[in-house]
Amino acid sequence: MKTLAAGVEGSNPTLNIIIFAIFVAITLVIVFWASRNTKTASDYYAAGRAFTGPQNGIAISGDYLSAASFLGIAGAIAVNGYDGFLYSIGFLVAWLVALLLVAELLRNTGKFTMGDVLAFRMKQRPVRAAAAVSTLIVSFFYLLAQMTGAGGLVNLLLGVQGNVGQDIVIAVVGVIMVLYVLIGGMKGTTWVQIIKAALLIVGALAMTLWVLSKYGFNFSSLLQHAVDKAGGGAKGEALLGPGKQYGKTGTSKLDFLSLGIALVLGTAGLPHVLMRFYTVPNAKEARKSVVWAIVLIGIFYLFTLVLGYGAGALVGADKISKAPGTTNSAAPLLALELGGPVLLGFIAAVAFATILAVVAGLTITASASFAHDVYANVIKKGKVDSAASEVRVARITALVIGAIAIAGGILAKSQNVAFLVALAFAVAASANLPTLLYSLFWKRFNTRGALFSIYGGLVITIVLIVFSPAVSGESTSMIKGANFDWFPLSNPGLVSIPLSFFLGWLGTVLSKERNEEKYAEMEVRALTGAHAEKAVVH
Amino acid sequence: MSTTDQGLEGSGPGSDWKEVQESPDFTQLRHRLRTFVFPMTVLFLAWYLVYVLLADYAPKFMATKIAGNFNVGLLIGLLQFVTTFLITWLYVRYANRRLDPLSEKIRTELEGEKVQTTATAEGDAE
Repeated sequence: MKTLAAGVEGSNPTLNIIIFAIFVAITLVIVFWASRNTKTASDYYAAGRAFTGPQNGIAISGDYLSAASFLGIAGAIAVNGYDGFLYSIGFLVAWLVALLLVAELLRNTGKFTMGDVLAFRMKQRPVRAAAAVSTLIVSFFYLLAQMTGAGGLVNLLLGVQGNVGQDIVIAVVGVIMVLYVLIGGMKGTTWVQIIKAALLIVGALAMTLWVLSKYGFNFSSLLQHAVDKAGGGAKGEALLGPGKQYGKTGTSKLDFLSLGIALVLGTAGLPHVLMRFYTVPNAKEARKSVVWAIVLIGIFYLFTLVLGYGAGALVGADKISKAPGTTNSAAPLLALELGGPVLLGFIAAVAFATILAVVAGLTITASASFAHDVYANVIKKGKVDSAASEVRVARITALVIGAIAIAGGILAKSQNVAFLVALAFAVAASANLPTLLYSLFWKRFNTRGALFSIYGGLVITIVLIVFSPAVSGESTSMIKGANFDWFPLSNPGLVSIPLSFFLGWLGTVLSKERNEEKYAEMEVRALTGAHAEKAVVH
Repeated sequence: MSTTDQGLEGSGPGSDWKEVQESPDFTQLRHRLRTFVFPMTVLFLAWYLVYVLLADYAPKFMATKIAGNFNVGLLIGLLQFVTTFLITWLYVRYANRRLDPLSEKIRTELEGEKVQTTATAEGDAE
């Protein structure tokens, strides 16, 4: 990322900042209002379980449609054509795993965290510690990617130049995010996500219709203009089919397959997605949440298809690649082309709101996991003096995470950390999903199996990434000028996911531990919702 | 709550979970759930994998034009959206008709006299 490049030409930084400030002001008022009733742990972590399915579904889409999927996918389609579209399909289909196998059962058996479900019938302390380690690592990778993205966006949209200016903006983003989480807890965070999702989807819809209207609502004609703008002929036509980005060599094809698998299996193992299912009163509402999320996310990705090719046709891949922020600038540049500085300001504000909302969701998830799994159950062995002290620990953790996020964002801002989101998905798919599925569906599964699949998945994924071309050995790597990339794929999922499933099985059969009583309780509760955590009535 | 208190066995008010687990109603519920979600998961994952493999290893086929600039790749890609929405709809319909009544029955039996308070709390959200 070029740190000293000027902002987008024609952008009005003051206007962008004003629109963003209005968003922050409105959401802060709502967060304060939402905090009035936040008293118990259930209020703080799970918003009193009082959101409806549709509200939660909108919030999930707000949480899920990060800057990477909004700016990233539109940009990838504009520059690489069809290959960008492939991402969005993996991200969408993944929700069926959550719908069919995870959401309702998790809501019925857990309380606040992923660890609640994984440790349900296991030895509490080791499994909770493992679940917390995995949650913190996934959240940290994801968080770092978002904060670094914020640095790039600042450059792109606010025209803030120089290191100090960028650092200040990253710090401001971090501070606002911590305020949301500290004051509003899950309820405040959820409202921020709902507002952001609404703005994002409405904005994308307006732009989609605008783009289509320029081509008489003829999608084929839009594609033709994108092809022509890219130089026509075989070069332009390459935008329409797959392979432009990933089809070069046998290894890159395998890498893409690996990415596709991690995307589709990762979503249902992302801790911040899982935690959202606790904010509704029961399993049926959790189901409704996923349905709403699938519909909104699906429609949104259809918009990005039009916006991506629209940016290719109206702005042009060359201009996008040369702009600060490269592919991330496709959607903002398209907004500028269509509606001038005002629409750009709106889209810029939405992009910032996106980062804020996603980062807040990650922070509350990570702090809940530390306070609930590590502090209350591992350190205090389940005997905390009061729920209030657990919430206090969660708030302190949120502060610490906020500080780490700001520091990490500043340190990593000139690094190429695009692989971090893919890494977060790979860890979620390798360490979390196998353990979750075994816990929910396999009677024989036990403590050692859970520890094997969580730690095994984590270690394998991280080791493979460290020794992959994403970190060293290529011009696009994070560390340049070094070569320790003995693993050829940037995406480890193809190897790490099957291995983690295998390790979960292996650990289980190597241990004699069986607890059929506890599995009976878990299964009955998971399927019927008997004695599930109830909503708080205020 | 048994989910946080360590080593505490069974939190149901005198309920024997194994007995419920082996009851005909519950066996039926589990059977209905698993016979829907497992094959469906295999189906959509296989269909997704076919799509990814085609895009990866048969780009020429995917670039075949059908109408105007609309090609096979876009068609199959959009079909992935269609099947995702369709499976979602099928599952919700199935769950409402075949799973919810049964799970509600078992839950009511299990929670006994607590039912009245629970029912009103859940009624608000319906």
